[in-house]
Amino acid sequence: MLKKARITVAFLISTQLVGCVNLGVQPWERDLLAKEEMALDSEGNDLGLDDHIYFSKEATSGGRAFAGGGCGCN
Amino acid sequence: MKKKLNISAALASATCALLHPYASANEMLEGWKIDTSLMYYGETDRVSAVEAVIAGQKDFGEEQLLSGKIVIDTLTGASATGAVAQLTAQTVSRPSGEGTYTVSPGETPLDDTFKDTRVQLDGQWTQPWSDVSRITTGLHLSTEHDYYSLGFNGSYAHDFYNKNTTLSAGLAYSYDVIKPEGGLPVPFATKTASINTSEDYDDNEDDESEDDDDDNDNYDNDERLGSSDNKSTVDVLFGLTQVMNRRMLMQFNLGFSEISGYSTDPYKVLSIVNEQGLTQSLVYENRPDSRTKTFAFWQTKYALDFGVVDFSYRFATDDWKVDSHTFDSRLRINLTDSSYLQPHFRYYNQSAAEFFHPFLMEGQVLPEFATADYRLGEMSAYTFGLKYGTKMDNGDELSFRLEYYQQSPKNAGFTEPGTLQDVDLYPSVKAVIAQVNYRF
Repeated sequence: MLKKARITVAFLISTQLVGCVNLGVQPWERDLLAKEEMALDSEGNDLGLDDHIYFSKEATSGGRAFAGGGCGCN
Repeated sequence: MKKKLNISAALASATCALLHPYASANEMLEGWKIDTSLMYYGETDRVSAVEAVIAGQKDFGEEQLLSGKIVIDTLTGASATGAVAQLTAQTVSRPSGEGTYTVSPGETPLDDTFKDTRVQLDGQWTQPWSDVSRITTGLHLSTEHDYYSLGFNGSYAHDFYNKNTTLSAGLAYSYDVIKPEGGLPVPFATKTASINTSEDYDDNEDDESEDDDDDNDNYDNDERLGSSDNKSTVDVLFGLTQVMNRRMLMQFNLGFSEISGYSTDPYKVLSIVNEQGLTQSLVYENRPDSRTKTFAFWQTKYALDFGVVDFSYRFATDDWKVDSHTFDSRLRINLTDSSYLQPHFRYYNQSAAEFFHPFLMEGQVLPEFATADYRLGEMSAYTFGLKYGTKMDNGDELSFRLEYYQQSPKNAGFTEPGTLQDVDLYPSVKAVIAQVNYRF
């Protein structure tokens, strides 16, 4: 039973690793990723304003970009 | 003659520019993508802020990008001083030492002179380094009446596997100068204050008079360390962006931050209370002059047939012993080809800094560092929001955002003496965020 479980786990891990090798797309498959709203910073002003609010009101900052301060709001 | 011609030409073009301001503005903006925002942030009975942003980006071709941003914000209202609420009225001097203000019984003491205007400028230039790599350099400047910051940053990004994987490394440095109103307070020095009894309390009192220390010999309003101090921050950021498949994109960031210099909030105080929970005096806080922060950030975006899922998680920890978890999610739902609705939900929680004390006990040895700033205490917070955006016929985009933000500070295990059990030491902070964006 234990052996069966091990084989199953090994199989799952190996398929995941194969999956990793297959990560990514060909240039002609970028139709969806190329959309403006799929850019990681597509809402730059919203994210910047949010960072400023949360930097001022909470003890942690950064994540998407540098954590640095730059204003006396905290 | 040539000089004369040049002058004539300059005059002609200047006249032209004056007569056709729109034409010249259009010429100047040619090739720029401009994103403008106006945001209102308002807390119930506390701070309100208005922030305007103009961000622009120009593509010079061959992956050469110039971007810039101007931010102007104004803050007004009141912010928590760190002092505890009392069952009787409290009278506290203002940070500048000019006049006093009265805090009603049961209310959290707020500094009612919170007012500032800040101007921030950012510029960034991206330049290819090779066919598969690029460098970015940037400049950051922020100025307000008691705080100035100047920063530089640089980063390198390299693409692998048909641009499916991008690795990046960045370095940022910022130098901040703090020039608090009234000077830098001496850590744990007593702030001028008189604690009124309820019999003395007059609801209509608005005491704008000069401070009178005659009856308060133990209060020292003049003791200051100087007028300004500084702080420097070095940030290191490593990033990995990975295209997972035709629909999914992921980003992993690892960041380190080293802050050294003045990190105390010069306007914050702590209450020293007796066994009955009655405030005996207010003392200025003191924070360590260094802080090392680390964070890990993961974001994924997934393209649905009808929109986009955006989810991120951040774990942050530092040597002040503040650990935090942040979950942020947005779901873009395309209503038509040109309009969308986007619900937003964010959850945040943090543990208290090791030197956080909601108050100090009279007669006990003062700790080396202490703050009662609730922002360094234990708390959780959430944000709910909704955004609506529409693309107009000319390609410009207009969007509106409305959000609700609530912070719920918590007791991190402190026992409250006497009457402090009858007041709310950890009041919630509720805020509304309203924003309009125009992109062209």
